Amino acid sequence: MNPFSSGTRLRDMIRAIRACKTAAEERAVVRKECAAIRAAINENDQDYRHRNLAKLMFIHMLGYPTHFGQMECLKLIASAGFPEKRIGYLGLMLLLDERQEVLMLVTNSLKQDLNHSNQYIVGLALCALGNICSAEMARDLAPEVERLLQFRDPNVRKKAALCSIRIIKKVPDLAENFINPASSLLKEKHHGVLITGVQLCMDLCKVSSEALEYVRKKCIEGLVKTLRDIANSPYSPEYDIAGITDPFLHIRLLKLLRILGQGDADASDCMNDILAQVATKTESKKNAGNAILYECVETIMSIEDNGGLRVLAINILGRFLSNRDNNIRYVALNMLMKAIVVDAQAVQRHRATILECVKDSDASIRKRALELVYLLVNESNVKPLTKELIEYLEVSDQEFKGDLTAKICSLVEKFSPEKIWYIDQMLKVLSEAGNFVKDEVWHALIVVISNASDLHGYTVRALYRAFQTSTEQESLVRVAVWCIGEYGDMLVNNVGMLDIEEPITVTESDTVDAVEVAIKRHTLDLTTKAMALIALLKLSSRFPSCSERIKDIIVQNKRSLMLELQQRSIEFNCILQKHQNIRSALLERMPVLDEATFSGRRAGSLHTAISTSTGAPHNLQNGIAKPAAAPIADLLDLSSDDAAAPSSSGGDFLMDLLGVDLSPASAPSGTSQPPKAGTDVLLDLLSIGTSPPAQSSSSASDILSSSQDNKAPLANLNGLASLSSLPANATSPASPVPMMDLLDGLGPIPQKHEENGPAYPSLVAYESSSLRMTFNFSKQPGNPQMTLIQATFTNLSPNVYNDFLFQAAVPKKSLVMRIRIAYKMNNKDVLEEGQINNFPRDL
Amino acid sequence: MIHFVLLISRQGKVRLTKWYSTYTQKERTKVIRELSGVILTRGPKLCNFVEWRGFKVVYKRYASLYFCMCIDQDDNELEILEIIHHYVEILDRYFGSVCELDLIFNFHKAYYILDEILIAGELQESSKKTVARLIAAQDSLVETAKEQASSISNIIAQATK
Repeated sequence: MNPFSSGTRLRDMIRAIRACKTAAEERAVVRKECAAIRAAINENDQDYRHRNLAKLMFIHMLGYPTHFGQMECLKLIASAGFPEKRIGYLGLMLLLDERQEVLMLVTNSLKQDLNHSNQYIVGLALCALGNICSAEMARDLAPEVERLLQFRDPNVRKKAALCSIRIIKKVPDLAENFINPASSLLKEKHHGVLITGVQLCMDLCKVSSEALEYVRKKCIEGLVKTLRDIANSPYSPEYDIAGITDPFLHIRLLKLLRILGQGDADASDCMNDILAQVATKTESKKNAGNAILYECVETIMSIEDNGGLRVLAINILGRFLSNRDNNIRYVALNMLMKAIVVDAQAVQRHRATILECVKDSDASIRKRALELVYLLVNESNVKPLTKELIEYLEVSDQEFKGDLTAKICSLVEKFSPEKIWYIDQMLKVLSEAGNFVKDEVWHALIVVISNASDLHGYTVRALYRAFQTSTEQESLVRVAVWCIGEYGDMLVNNVGMLDIEEPITVTESDTVDAVEVAIKRHTLDLTTKAMALIALLKLSSRFPSCSERIKDIIVQNKRSLMLELQQRSIEFNCILQKHQNIRSALLERMPVLDEATFSGRRAGSLHTAISTSTGAPHNLQNGIAKPAAAPIADLLDLSSDDAAAPSSSGGDFLMDLLGVDLSPASAPSGTSQPPKAGTDVLLDLLSIGTSPPAQSSSSASDILSSSQDNKAPLANLNGLASLSSLPANATSPASPVPMMDLLDGLGPIPQKHEENGPAYPSLVAYESSSLRMTFNFSKQPGNPQMTLIQATFTNLSPNVYNDFLFQAAVPKKSLVMRIRIAYKMNNKDVLEEGQINNFPRDL
Repeated sequence: MIHFVLLISRQGKVRLTKWYSTYTQKERTKVIRELSGVILTRGPKLCNFVEWRGFKVVYKRYASLYFCMCIDQDDNELEILEIIHHYVEILDRYFGSVCELDLIFNFHKAYYILDEILIAGELQESSKKTVARLIAAQDSLVETAKEQASSISNIIAQATK
């Protein structure tokens, strides 16, 4: 005996490792063993190679690296004895995978072993080849394996069949060689050979259409007969499982028949009888029987239509659905989803049971059932189904609520027969699970509400009620706040009462209370608070008596750390204090949001022509916040919004309208860069000569200056063109959108001319075929050095302009202005440049 | 096809792994960790199927061991449950009331038996008797070889080499 052998026997090593109490101890033992094994490998030890490899395999299973043992596998495989080969092949399969090059070295040994006289050694080689061979090895050894398909011993034949499967998967070209030998396997009696032969034929048919044709023509009748024989066979102790003879063979045969019958009417005809027999006669008390029935149903649903069989199949599935075994129910739901495509009617009949499954205690079953219910909904059953789903929403657990909410919202949107039903369902969902509702969904709800003008009163009252009870559902609060702001007067005056409603008394003060609650709740939710501020402003216009109180609430956010809230608070406060005369016009009812456009936007097309804004630049209607062709907005460098828009969903359109585009991420670096570059150019040209503006009394400028308390640079630009680009204003993305546009739309021109000094004639500063720019001048009474210019842009084409950017530069000495106007028309960039020389002399 | 077979103990220790699809060593470790997490935390009353990475994993618990097999979407889960049971019954007959310890100390034999039941991820033999017979035949080959190696004549031959 070799005196240098590693001493421990396999079981001693295993015992030692298991006795270790800590990971460090285990590592120490493993290290010692590996060292001994390495030494033995270096010595080329023969006697304990077998034991050492076994130890290595155990160490490998623990997770330690064992690549130094790979060559040992090869040496063992090359040995003469059976035990060595056995452990060698096992080691090969465990320690290597097909991607390793070492594997190629085994090819020669494999070839020899495939030709060995000992059938068990042939078996070992076939097993290893079938489990891990690479494509090259497959190609090299395919002829041997093919030959072995006709070996004298069934044990070898069945292994060769499975090995062939791997070969044709790795090298599909070789498939044709196997067609003949494979189909002769189908005539055998030995179950092992039959099972593997059938499997081989299945894979051949999947890989080669030639094989499919051949097997279909030549073998179907034989297969049907085999299935019939096995189905009718008497009790056989060797193959019996739960009273059925060889369920595995049943199942394989059914699978192969499925492949052959698919798409071929004649083939399908052949098998109708046996399928009917299996479907009706198979015992379904135990899993084995159910497994066969399951396969049978799959086959029936896949082959060419035979009405009677399909009904039979779906009935089986219906029975499965009521089985107490979770597995059976799960499998049935799966199958029903495929069955819907084939025969939706039949599946509808089982709707009630499926609905029960949505409430199952097993999460996998609930999920499947919900998907299935979703597929079953149509116009006629949407109401009862939704009712059930919403009821379940109340009791479902948290992980499931997300899925369930998404599906309910989707269903309600797709199939709602009337607006009022839609609104009702959405309110229920929002009250119950508002926090799971996605933004697009509640945006869509608002669009629908705004379009349902006869339901405004009803909706706002329903929301008000819901709001009293479910303040923790964020989306509900937002929708409620928006509606109360918009339709607060309807709420208070019980306008538009429907017959089904009960009267409700809400005072003006109550509405303000509600919005105040939304603001004051201890959440950091920026969106909700921002929406609440706007709602308060609207209410101050609808209920002037509450103005003082509203002003107090708004003012509390003046020092908010969130820029958006701070800005709104200051601006709205300004409106409340100084601009009551325009306030009501400002806050008129919002125009109806165009549903078609909105859904178009939602579908992701960001540059859809917005129907409300073709042509006319001045949309004096309140609230059309971002018609892409509104140049004035972009003069305020709200073009940063357009840059931001591509990065988020089309819901931004609505966000803007709600004054809610508050994505802080879009604000800083990215979007501010382009305009900034432009302004730097302007700065250069200007060489910073002019003085900053004094306090102008124009309302537009007020807002500008008040919102830029902290933005010193580029104040000079304000002096030149009161509404020029403000790229430094990077941190507030879109906030003053509605306000700005509303104010600009109204245009301070008339007021300016009254309040300020001498009037100057307006000037057509620039005109091209597609664009006209008009300047209106004014000076403040006490400040003759400074002129305020108001630029008005008119779109002269029928197209919509997006991404509008106006840049102006003026040199020190003379009174000329170079301008550059850039915009996108039909997605093409357009650049216009010009020079304005014709300023009024006496300016 | 069956992509891989895993035997995991209740504590997450791996007792047997067999891979019929290509997974590198790193990928194998990752898969094992992921699946252990998913399966070991499932409640007892739930169904035996888990959707995982686009595949289905069928698992069944026998005493302290979870037998897991990963299959394709269009495979028959109920049949795989039967295959798992087939394997367990054969192990049981071979070891005589098999327990986890048997599979730890005789892991190589558990592999040999699995290799008589599955090749290339497909079922090889539906008769437990045949499998037992084949294993017995091969075991006796090993016994014979051992006897030969330790026979007196052999020892003498070795010593005088």
